[in-house]
Amino acid sequence: MTAALETRNLVKRFGAFMATNDVSLSIRQGARHALIGPNGAGKTTLINLLTGALTPSSGQVLLGGEDITNLPAHARVGRGLSRTFQINQLFGDFTPLESVMLAIGEREGHGWRAWKPLSRDRDVADEAAHLLERFRLVDTMGVPTTLLPYGKQRLLEIALAIATRPRVLLLDEPAAGVPEEERHEVLSIVRDLPPDVTVVLIEHDMDLVFSFADRISVLAAGSLFAEGTVEEISKDRQVKAIYLGEDA
Amino acid sequence: MNAGAPPSAVETAQAFLRQTNRWRLWEIALWLLAVAFIFILPSKMLILTEIAILALFAVSLDLILGYAGIVSLGHTAFFGLGAYAAGLFARDFVSEPVSGLLFAGLVSGLFGFFTSFLVLRGSDLTRLMTTYGVAMLLAEIANQAAWLTGGADGLSGVTVTPILGMFEFDLWGRNGYIYALLVLMVLTYIARRIVHSSFGLSLKAIKRNQRRASMLGISPTRRIVVVYTISAVYAGIAGALLTQTTSFVSPDVLAFHRSADVLLVLVIGGVGYLYGGIFGAVIFSVLRDWLSVITPQYWMFWIGLILIIIVFVGRERLGRWRTYLPGTAGRLKAKAQAAEDTA
Amino acid sequence: MLTILFDGIAYGMLLFVLAGGLSLTLGLMNFVNLAHGAFAMAGGYVTVILMNRFGISFYWCLPAAFIVTALAGAILERTLYRHLYGVSHLDQVLFSIGLVFMSIAAVDYFMGGQQQMINLPPLLRGRFEFLGVGVGHYRLFIIVLCAVLTVALQLALTRTRFGSQLRAAVDDGRVARGLGINVSVIFALTFALGSGLAGLGGALGVDLLGLDPNFPLKFLIYFMIVVTVGGTSSITGPFIAALLLGIADVAGKYYVPQLGSFIIYAVMIVMLILRPYGLFAREGGR
Repeated sequence: MTAALETRNLVKRFGAFMATNDVSLSIRQGARHALIGPNGAGKTTLINLLTGALTPSSGQVLLGGEDITNLPAHARVGRGLSRTFQINQLFGDFTPLESVMLAIGEREGHGWRAWKPLSRDRDVADEAAHLLERFRLVDTMGVPTTLLPYGKQRLLEIALAIATRPRVLLLDEPAAGVPEEERHEVLSIVRDLPPDVTVVLIEHDMDLVFSFADRISVLAAGSLFAEGTVEEISKDRQVKAIYLGEDA
Repeated sequence: MNAGAPPSAVETAQAFLRQTNRWRLWEIALWLLAVAFIFILPSKMLILTEIAILALFAVSLDLILGYAGIVSLGHTAFFGLGAYAAGLFARDFVSEPVSGLLFAGLVSGLFGFFTSFLVLRGSDLTRLMTTYGVAMLLAEIANQAAWLTGGADGLSGVTVTPILGMFEFDLWGRNGYIYALLVLMVLTYIARRIVHSSFGLSLKAIKRNQRRASMLGISPTRRIVVVYTISAVYAGIAGALLTQTTSFVSPDVLAFHRSADVLLVLVIGGVGYLYGGIFGAVIFSVLRDWLSVITPQYWMFWIGLILIIIVFVGRERLGRWRTYLPGTAGRLKAKAQAAEDTA
Repeated sequence: MLTILFDGIAYGMLLFVLAGGLSLTLGLMNFVNLAHGAFAMAGGYVTVILMNRFGISFYWCLPAAFIVTALAGAILERTLYRHLYGVSHLDQVLFSIGLVFMSIAAVDYFMGGQQQMINLPPLLRGRFEFLGVGVGHYRLFIIVLCAVLTVALQLALTRTRFGSQLRAAVDDGRVARGLGINVSVIFALTFALGSGLAGLGGALGVDLLGLDPNFPLKFLIYFMIVVTVGGTSSITGPFIAALLLGIADVAGKYYVPQLGSFIIYAVMIVMLILRPYGLFAREGGR
């Protein structure tokens, strides 16, 4: 069966600095795959290479068997790849309703409709409403994003990524920065993601990793250090060693 | 559906969406007033025409500045190009004004389309310089190609026949004003529909967070090219209106101060809600009239001072009057957008 | 033809002195200062006033122009510019355009709108032939003086403590502050230095470039070309850009005068198409 997401000998150099060093990953469909590693290991660089924000120095990225190495970021979204950002990347004064309608509308190809007002786009609006319901954002659907509490913003961040109906979803530290009281909402949303969506998760929170993931890849100094099931990795002493000093 | 039960998510969504597209009270009042001026202020037709033209020009700038986030220091390139195009068209081909408008819009639009790639790349500074450079380039050409443009003397001999063969331009400028106002109304209506559409939403998204927008599948390049072209068409039509209502093209239409003026007009009125250009044009024209009575030669000084004051007081604080517009959605939005505008 | 080259080099070096400060401030404060030309203009008018009204020798006017405009720059930086470092580029553009408008109108009011003339000291007038090249005394003077200034600037940046603090602050302001570098003092001094250089350039330029109230807008494009094409991460970038621009402009005006400034605008646009981030930008540079 073709891997949902795959890299082959992916390399990224910044001058003399090797940010990504010959990384070959294969993630199967429907997986819950965690990417862990100490700070500076190159996790975010890898995600940027996967999504097209960075072009690799060499190597390939394949989505569902298709070579997307030379596709720009926005085209990869059309092929079913989606991501959340570690620091919320939202649309300033847009309301959650507008943000989600934007995402759904773009998916449906409505982005070029310049005459029909948003309010007449019933299908998109209804789907947006249901998505907002799922993400518990209904009471705040009309509030500009910048005025929302951080936890709600984080939920919106994930909702946007889901709205594109991705085949592969990259979550970059979904619970990062979320205050204690709001964490459980975010975490339960992550756990309830549909099983046919392949999820790649970058996380520092080991509880989340161990409860959510089925496979783990460990990145260190730009290279793939270790890979295996949750069982294998949690018992690996070398992995523990590179984490000495890291808090879970 | 239960009467008395809390609204469903779908219903709430519908309610919000209907609100965004609704015609506000002040919008309707504004247009009614503009039409009323035809009858209430018959002696001010000429200056009202000027204001309408400036408003259209500023609205065109709002499309790229307020909605796509492009800071242009050379927007008058399109205005001037439209002005000259309309002048030459009327003098040498067809002197019916509406056809002239369409021709001018086409010429400016094409030019906008072909120069749009200049604003797609590079930093803010690069964009400033390329837009400035293009406008200055056109100004140089207009100055040198006297055989075509009349050079420093401007293009004269522009005769304008009745609009659509029916409505003649009268001496008092009344028909001129009605003409300009109608064009402004129609084009603003079209722009209004564009910004409230899915396309408009994607533009606003690109301005606020380009990275996020691409991760939702939006290709910023193509969208920006489209809105830049539309903006050029609008600016060109504004320039054509000026030519047609004054029967003359002054080389001043490509001068740098026009680019700076229209920027100021838009900033005064408020960027990014489409009507800023109109409000700004009114305030700016009134101010300019008043100032040139006081200091006829040095009004540039006061304009400069006003610009500096606006920056220091903060466009956010100045835009606060918009929070008092009816509708809570309006208030919350305006508050958040005011904070956003200064970013 | 070599004479054209020589004249172009003189012109280019003058442009570098004029625009170098802008490159420094843009790189350091990320501030789009379209009013830079106003400082140059001020230096020119200081020279004109000192020479024509007070009969002071041209040679003394040069340091005077530098000091006066440097002071003006420092004052404006502390009172106005300082508050605007974090604002959007649009606001910076609006502010600096406002400043330019005010300065143009003020100069027009006090000094009138006509071209200003000064009489260069006899030593600097005239020309001589050297290997078939027509060497104007004044242009030679400019080349030598600007070369000395450039070298001094480069040495100051690379060999002095201030220079390394400046470079650190340009590279990463936050880290520099964390290292205890007083970034606001650096900003103020650099701005003063940049404005002073502009003023000096303006003084030198009265005879070569002309001087009227429209100076800041007329030459804005040249300064901005030097900065955008030359980039802000070094001295060499703007230096080379200024030289190229000077030579291109002089050659253009000589060989194809009917095109006027057309060439300059066209060249700039082409450069920015090819290299949107400047000829010498670092990867990911501003």
